[in-house]
Amino acid sequence: MKDAADKRMSLAEAADLVRDGDTVAGGGCCYSRTPWAMLLELLRAERRDLTLARNLMCYESELFLASGAAAKLVSSWVGIGLRWGIPKVFREYVERDPSIYEEWSHLSFGMRLMAGSMGMPFLPTASLLGSDLLDRTPAKHIRCPFTDELLVAVPALVPDVALIHVQTVDAAGNAQIEGPAYMDVECARAANTVIVTAEEVVPSEAIVRTADRTAIPGFVVDAVVEVPFGSYPHECHGRYEADFAHFDAYTEMVTRDGVAGVQAYLQENVHGLESFDAFLDMVGATRLLEQRRRARELVGA
Amino acid sequence: MTEATPIELMTIAGSRLLRDGRVVFAGVGAPLEASVLAKRLHAPALTIVLEGGSIGPRMLPGRLPVSTNEMRAARDAFMLTSINDLFLYGQRGHYDYGFIGAGQLDQYGNVNTSYIGDPDQPKVRLPGSGGANDIVSSCREVMIMTRHEPRRFVERVDFITSPGYLNGPEARRAAGLVRNRPTAVVTDLALLGFDEATGRLRLDALQPGISEEQVHANTGFELLVSESIGELAPPTDQELAELRWLRDGNRSDTSQTREVRTAP
Repeated sequence: MKDAADKRMSLAEAADLVRDGDTVAGGGCCYSRTPWAMLLELLRAERRDLTLARNLMCYESELFLASGAAAKLVSSWVGIGLRWGIPKVFREYVERDPSIYEEWSHLSFGMRLMAGSMGMPFLPTASLLGSDLLDRTPAKHIRCPFTDELLVAVPALVPDVALIHVQTVDAAGNAQIEGPAYMDVECARAANTVIVTAEEVVPSEAIVRTADRTAIPGFVVDAVVEVPFGSYPHECHGRYEADFAHFDAYTEMVTRDGVAGVQAYLQENVHGLESFDAFLDMVGATRLLEQRRRARELVGA
Repeated sequence: MTEATPIELMTIAGSRLLRDGRVVFAGVGAPLEASVLAKRLHAPALTIVLEGGSIGPRMLPGRLPVSTNEMRAARDAFMLTSINDLFLYGQRGHYDYGFIGAGQLDQYGNVNTSYIGDPDQPKVRLPGSGGANDIVSSCREVMIMTRHEPRRFVERVDFITSPGYLNGPEARRAAGLVRNRPTAVVTDLALLGFDEATGRLRLDALQPGISEEQVHANTGFELLVSESIGELAPPTDQELAELRWLRDGNRSDTSQTREVRTAP
């Protein structure tokens, strides 16, 4: 598939590339440039026993746990954002069984993906030294063979599937990122299968004209899906701001009803709807365009 | 100008520690607000870097980021890069200050943002390290900002997410933490430093109107005391006005008139 010139497909077809039990790594960071449409599609397809890895996780953490889609989470931080705190149901799951959550620091998690992206089994870092995180992860002490400095070796993370959402991509998967790249490039390069969703699929000529902005080359990409507002209710740099009112409503429901609140959210926004398009229709153009206007204010566009 | 709140006292005291021309890696919340305030007042050449990959951003008052990775945190930055890149400049030694918050910390400046209680049977799961562990492992001077409460200032943290002096300077060296050191803890009651010989926290100065007894009463361990305890200067009207403007975006109670969109 990787040598095909046209890798465009639907979200449902892309979800077929993910198998039960896979390690799935999500791009973006917390509520920024999250591959939200693709994550919801995996929930709609009722994948099971996944290990979900993401450098900072938002409330997809508890959507995946409460639905049974994920058996394990790997991250460095789980929270919705300063004003909403830690997702309540995620917290309850981990307090009941801490072994379902593997905790790293942000950079050590990133070094794992970087090692994977370099085709190396590990990388050294000065992070984790002296911390209790070191004892609860597969990370190990290592001495530099040249200077004898005490460091930490972190094992490569090679996801079965990476889910990346970008602003623009061509049909072959050459992807361009606006704003911070987060860990998307390392994540895509490390993974065995890469699904890129994008705000816009553009002609290859448009990519060629701005080739210095291409962050991920097509040959590492397996699937291309055009999904405008594909990160909503999370944000996509320059395109739309995160919908804090949506977060407010979500956290209010989950604070009140716990796991039943998460189930209700899933029913309302995923299982009770045919597609991500239907979800966006439900949100409505007025709200989406307001988020777009707010993003433009921030980038001065 | 109405009186400063405890959080405002803490944030303003934190901002004064940041010197011009330096680079600060700031966590979201009070450390970021302190950094933005410093840049607007006495440190215009301070470079703020944020976890999501943002180097040198200038915030829009009233729209401070809720997470360090979002668009608000990237506004008017000089460089937007990857998260690994952002941290690796720190590992290389380019960041003068690391400025973080803390859920729970102990007398050696060890910070816990992971578990309250036994990590195998936790009472409470907290959000985790994020970049805090990386910041305390690499940034030259590590500063911590937190409310001064007994439940936060504990004898021994339940879990070391981000190490301070561990059990003292020798333990820190032996753990391989040789690139940097913790230097200050800023609270709403006091400014604390570290005793170089023991690695333990020491009361250096009091917030205005706060007594030494109040600090001890809100500290869950025996706090060392500096030979001469200083008193922090009260916030100026300008500091308070700037901080409030940053937070709410309303330029109401100050004589200064400045366009909201023209950051210095």
